[in-house]
Amino acid sequence: MAEEKLLSIRNLKTRFFTPEGVVKAVNGVSFNVPKGKTLGVLGESGCGKSVTAMSILRLVPDPPGKISADAITFEGRDLLSLSPADIRKIRGNDIGMIFQEPMTSLNPVYTIGNQISEALILHRGLNNSDALDMAIEQLKLVGIPAPEKRVREYPHQLSGGMRQRAMIAMAISCRPQLLIADEPTTALDVTIQAQILDLMLELQETLGMAMMMITHDLGVISEVSDDIVVMYAGQVVESISVNTLFGGAKHPYTKGLLASNPVMGRKFKTGKKRLNEIVGSVPSLISLPSGCLFKDRCPIAFEKCKQRPPLFTIDKAHQVRCWKVEAKAVDDGLIESVCNTDTDDASNRPAE
Amino acid sequence: MGLNNTDKNLLPEESSPLNAQQDNAIPTSVSKIMRKLWQLRMGVIGGLVIMALVVVALFTPYLAPGDPYAQVPKHRLSPPAWEEGGRMENLLGTDHVGRDLLTRIMYGTRISLFVGLSAVILEVFMGVLLGLLAGYYGGKTDSIISFLVNVMLGFPFILLAMSLVAVLGASLQNIIIALGLTGWPVFTRVIRIETMRLRESEFVLAAKTQGFKTIRILTVHILPNILPTLTVLASVEVARAIIMESLLSFLGLGIQPPTPSWGLLLAEGRNYMFMAWWLATFPGLAIFLAALGINLLGDALRDLTDPHLRKS
Repeated sequence: MAEEKLLSIRNLKTRFFTPEGVVKAVNGVSFNVPKGKTLGVLGESGCGKSVTAMSILRLVPDPPGKISADAITFEGRDLLSLSPADIRKIRGNDIGMIFQEPMTSLNPVYTIGNQISEALILHRGLNNSDALDMAIEQLKLVGIPAPEKRVREYPHQLSGGMRQRAMIAMAISCRPQLLIADEPTTALDVTIQAQILDLMLELQETLGMAMMMITHDLGVISEVSDDIVVMYAGQVVESISVNTLFGGAKHPYTKGLLASNPVMGRKFKTGKKRLNEIVGSVPSLISLPSGCLFKDRCPIAFEKCKQRPPLFTIDKAHQVRCWKVEAKAVDDGLIESVCNTDTDDASNRPAE
Repeated sequence: MGLNNTDKNLLPEESSPLNAQQDNAIPTSVSKIMRKLWQLRMGVIGGLVIMALVVVALFTPYLAPGDPYAQVPKHRLSPPAWEEGGRMENLLGTDHVGRDLLTRIMYGTRISLFVGLSAVILEVFMGVLLGLLAGYYGGKTDSIISFLVNVMLGFPFILLAMSLVAVLGASLQNIIIALGLTGWPVFTRVIRIETMRLRESEFVLAAKTQGFKTIRILTVHILPNILPTLTVLASVEVARAIIMESLLSFLGLGIQPPTPSWGLLLAEGRNYMFMAWWLATFPGLAIFLAALGINLLGDALRDLTDPHLRKS
């Protein structure tokens, strides 16, 4: 894949220093978001998806949070070394973000128009009336009917789907190159979910922006993503293209997630009454287990899992953090170089 | 912009006629304005009371029937006009040296309202500033400010006011300072909690992701959401400040005689409670009226500043 990287994260670590101990929320995450493409970030609650997104924008509260990374490069600029004023210019202007709860992500005391135009006034230096005209333009773009009327309405006068559209209008008003969507459809019912996803795909096409779609919903992620990273306990456990995800996934956690997705006619086909589950729960992020973080819940764990596995490269678009893959790969002679660890990532970078 | 959305926009959920009706909620005709006023009738009453008091305070010299300091010993302790032995010239009666009570209450309005409003402005300024900082930043900032608040709330008001007045001297300005210094912790407490709640809300996060500065997030995004609470609290505090000014004056720590203030009039009247009931009753009624009016108005303002209650 010879795509141009828009965002590149190398060995991101985010820690929260709490009285109970150090919460290791993100543990060495590396991935790229190519220009104009969509990266899906998949994982269950508390696996560090949102914290990763917040770390990119440097919005992790400090204290207690601390971000460290070998690099977070956006358009050739290292976001970690930017001054507070410069990172504010990136936020909203170059990287937009939308959230899970459309009910609470709009400020209840301002009209929709006011909220959309606020960022335009800040980043684009527009005057009030021009910004309001632009806001109407944005609402039209996200498919809100009668936008001239809606700009004067308050968030509580809009339905959930409408609000999420308004939120998207707000996030894209300055034409960001990257839109981070943190579970944008989780709080919406299924018909509205489909509409919002379609809208996002259309906007991506029209505006040529890249997206980072954070979700725990396999349906959503397969609908919109080009590449997918699967996260578990603050680590990337598998990085895979969407075409190979169903059927080609190698990591036992990814397989478990896929198997636990309800499929119509499953009972009839398999004769099983219960949906598959991944037994156990996510390890405490304060005291992470030694070795593979997934070994306690893994159905195929073996002796070697007491050591922490690196990311093994199967091909350019597929990496897996599992010792089994290494064993199998060596057997099959699939890959010549087995290791592509986090430390390798670090040493590949030019010294600062 | 080249997007093909028509198929989605036709869904009933997205464009229901219900939403169209809400636009007419803005009163456009006289009858609608009247209906709105009727809904807010208590606030309207409160507003009228306050307006009347403000007019009295501003134009006292022209409205008052006489001189607040003119003593007419011949007519001392004369009862209100409708009582037996009352005189039409002294509508609410006279005090122990024959000064007209109505005139003195009217002059007192100016002082009481001024003290009440100034003290609350001081309290709001300090309280909101510290409350926002404590609630938003948390951590050490919060610990220090919360400690201060608890110390202030634990400290007896009278003792602090007495020491302040003893050090600075009894004057209008010092009463305002004393009231301001004792009143802000209530604001800080309430604003702090509200700020903490709002700090975690997604629209504040959204504001951060749009690249706004902290100061803008605090003043433009968080503060307006606290406004309804602040309005109610401030109206209660204006009433409290008026009553506390009366209390300080009553104890001889506030306004000094012969300057008329409601509290002082009440204090003087107390000495003659059994022979001249009107001397304590009417200043007391004035305090009650002002406090009630401000509270009613504050409630109505809360309803008006809250967008959820604004419609209908």
